[in-house]
Amino acid sequence: MEIYLILKVVWWLLLGVLLMGLAVMVGMDMGVGTILRYVGRNDLERRVALNIIGPHWDGNQVWFILGGGAVFAAFPLIYATAFSGFYVVMLLLLWSMIVRPLGFEYRSKMPSARWRNVWDWSLFVSGFLPMLVFGAAIGNILQGVPFHFSWNLTSFYTGSFLALFNPFAILCGVLSVALSAMMGGLTVMNGAEDAMFQRARKLVVVAAAVAVVLFALGGVWVHAIDGFQLLSGPSGNLAQTPMQQSVTRAAGAWFGNYSAHPVLWLVPLVGFAGVIGAALAARAGRSHLGWWSGALGWIGVIGTVGAAMFPFMMPSSSEPSQSLTVWNATSSQLTLTWMVGFTVVFVPLVVWYTSWAFYVMRGKVRPEHVAADEHAY
Amino acid sequence: MIDSTVVELSRWQFAATALYHFLFVPLTLGLSFLLAAMETIYVTTGRKIYKDMAQFWGKLFLINFAIGVATGLTMEFEFGTNWSFYSSFVGDIFGAPLAIEGLMAFFMESTFVGIMVFGWDRLKRGQHLAVTYLVALGSNLSALWILIANSFMQTPQGASFNPHTMRMELSSFTDLIFSHDAQAKFVHTSIAGYVTAAIFVCGISAFYLLRKRHTELARRSFRVAAIFGILATLGVITLGDALGFVGGQAQPTKLAAMEALWKTEQGPMPFNVVAFPSQKDQTNHGELQIPYALSLLVTHSVDGTVPGVDQLETMAKQRIRNGIPAVQALQALSKNPDDQTALATFRQHQDDLGYGFLVQGYQHDLSKVTDADVDAAAKATIPPVAPVFWSFRTMVAAGFAMLAFFILAVIFSLRNNVERRRWFLKIAPWMIPVPFIANEAGWLVAELGRQPWTVYGVLPTWMSASTHSVTYMVFSLAGFVLIYSVFIAVEMFLMVRAIRRGPDDHGDAKPSPTLTTANAEA
Repeated sequence: MEIYLILKVVWWLLLGVLLMGLAVMVGMDMGVGTILRYVGRNDLERRVALNIIGPHWDGNQVWFILGGGAVFAAFPLIYATAFSGFYVVMLLLLWSMIVRPLGFEYRSKMPSARWRNVWDWSLFVSGFLPMLVFGAAIGNILQGVPFHFSWNLTSFYTGSFLALFNPFAILCGVLSVALSAMMGGLTVMNGAEDAMFQRARKLVVVAAAVAVVLFALGGVWVHAIDGFQLLSGPSGNLAQTPMQQSVTRAAGAWFGNYSAHPVLWLVPLVGFAGVIGAALAARAGRSHLGWWSGALGWIGVIGTVGAAMFPFMMPSSSEPSQSLTVWNATSSQLTLTWMVGFTVVFVPLVVWYTSWAFYVMRGKVRPEHVAADEHAY
Repeated sequence: MIDSTVVELSRWQFAATALYHFLFVPLTLGLSFLLAAMETIYVTTGRKIYKDMAQFWGKLFLINFAIGVATGLTMEFEFGTNWSFYSSFVGDIFGAPLAIEGLMAFFMESTFVGIMVFGWDRLKRGQHLAVTYLVALGSNLSALWILIANSFMQTPQGASFNPHTMRMELSSFTDLIFSHDAQAKFVHTSIAGYVTAAIFVCGISAFYLLRKRHTELARRSFRVAAIFGILATLGVITLGDALGFVGGQAQPTKLAAMEALWKTEQGPMPFNVVAFPSQKDQTNHGELQIPYALSLLVTHSVDGTVPGVDQLETMAKQRIRNGIPAVQALQALSKNPDDQTALATFRQHQDDLGYGFLVQGYQHDLSKVTDADVDAAAKATIPPVAPVFWSFRTMVAAGFAMLAFFILAVIFSLRNNVERRRWFLKIAPWMIPVPFIANEAGWLVAELGRQPWTVYGVLPTWMSASTHSVTYMVFSLAGFVLIYSVFIAVEMFLMVRAIRRGPDDHGDAKPSPTLTTANAEA
């Protein structure tokens, strides 16, 4: 049995699940931040929007933290190379994200309108910018990132900061913002009534339309991008470094997996169907159905990228043969085994109590309750 | 080679962000349990004042918690952004406890904190109490896993170097998590958090008692915190001693720095209460000593011997010379992984690999290493003595000052006459900074005392940093200074405001009448 190989693939799948969890759960909260000033026209309405996600944003954010932790534990070379390579972008992501906890917790602690306005704008930035960077990072990874290693695997990033803001990356970034705004809108629909519900409904349809167009456009664009193809390398079951393989670049290579396994076309199909379904459900006023459909759409979009790139995880544009793959970037077999054990025990537990938390806080958030509740945001 | 300025700036940035994060974490660790204790009394006795207490202190808890969460995000990123070689070199081991922390602890803490705040009217009393306990448990489990990870940096065990993957790999998960250092440090650090929270509650309660405001709530809060505090302080001092005992054996260079011990002498050895260490001359300019004390403290025997700097440097030189062939063998293996001679050489010298890396910081081409390079590297194995020595004494002095405070607090509180001891009530608020200073000093002892290593004896600091430019580092450091300064100003402002307004104020959440219209226009 090639246990190590299986573990590597399992961790690649688990990382995918984490990215999807991050995109759906953190994405919806950030989406609410992005559309906060649109769906909430006055202070009370904005507080309603914030209190819809108020009990959950902190728990949801752990998907993001766990994503970082899991990359560190299961793919240390990727954690090291990506986080240091994208340095300035990572800092912008981080700085915008760390304002969010304070925004939620501090915004309504002072009655001043100026104070609250500043925090509303902070919540906008901390919702919009991280999702933009998240998508743009994936856009850059699809194109390959200029990095290489020295003999002892010290990584060197040789690209510039501005090169990260290329048209394709921006397209991916905007796609990610659109999807998160769509989920934010559906979340507001779930928790709000009347005028806010209607505004959010309009927004969901627009955001979903933008997302569908960009997703399709991105798919066409990828044909013109040089993809990566693994020519040879050590067996996936072996411990290895990124210095032992040979890789070639070719336009359209990212469609290799799809040509080899046509069943994979179902994944982008799920992406389209989910997003379109979310828009239709929103139009019909059925926001809970729309939320689940939208989440499925997100999963399809991220799955589409994963299916195209496998086994690549972070290809190098300057030294393609030093690209990071599922085979050469993982942790040792022992670490992966222990981590699978913890995942099997704790993920179901987390899903269980998170569901309970949503169950406890179910129902609409009413303005008069927010105004009267001293615990509310 | 990485620019040494970049390494220094990376160190400053890490120290600044970690020390800053560590201002908020201990209060979260302790206050969460104090909230649970107050709510327990409410649920068992049904007296509403205890619910008011839990809610009032809960409000302050959240102001602190938000910034703790925010600054914790920085730490999660910073290993990758600024210490990328460290991350890829030991990520196989170090990453696991961080991921488990998220999965087991942080999810629990963060999911239930939302329910703790918003769920008062939606849950039964017992259910809400359970939620509060889960928040406390989650935050403390977080600390456990973080400190297991940290202990790997202090006393690396459960791992070995794999020349095929050019990195450290896990060899025993149980050795990693059941490290003595991790256990002693977890208990010491989390209890230090309880002390911090106890002083915080006592200090603010005393402020109310002094002004005769909210006396009922303040008197009870003071008592709960004082009892909690004295138990915790005794625990923190005991575990601090245990940590010194464990650390003394595993990290002799840190111990020598903590005690400013330059020369090795035959036991019984005296303890330097006060000394003015000079790193350059390797001696103390003036010292005040207690005979026998060092042997007793560190070896738990009267005539035990503790190695001084002189002996440690001699040992380091030996290990450096032994480590050079290990690195050279690795370089050969990187060119030809099937080189059996190189593999044999590596196996023979692998225990001193880190020391080979260390001397590379002085002479990159190992075939040209001179005696002067070896001497310089050996000298560098001794951490900066004066800051470690004084941080340690600051921490210990703060610990005993707090013990004295809590003894009096408990006596006065149980005799029900604390309100008449106005001098004591006036001192109490001024005690609030003391545990924070002690916590920061403790961090400095642990992490500055670990230098020049990121992983003790395994990976030198100079190699661990990312290969950034100085410009990037200046940019990020300036950004953190700016953002964190604004954060702390806002936090202190809201904290002081909430304390001044006190538990009776429920108007915070309500906007001023003009707000709705003002916002609509904007």
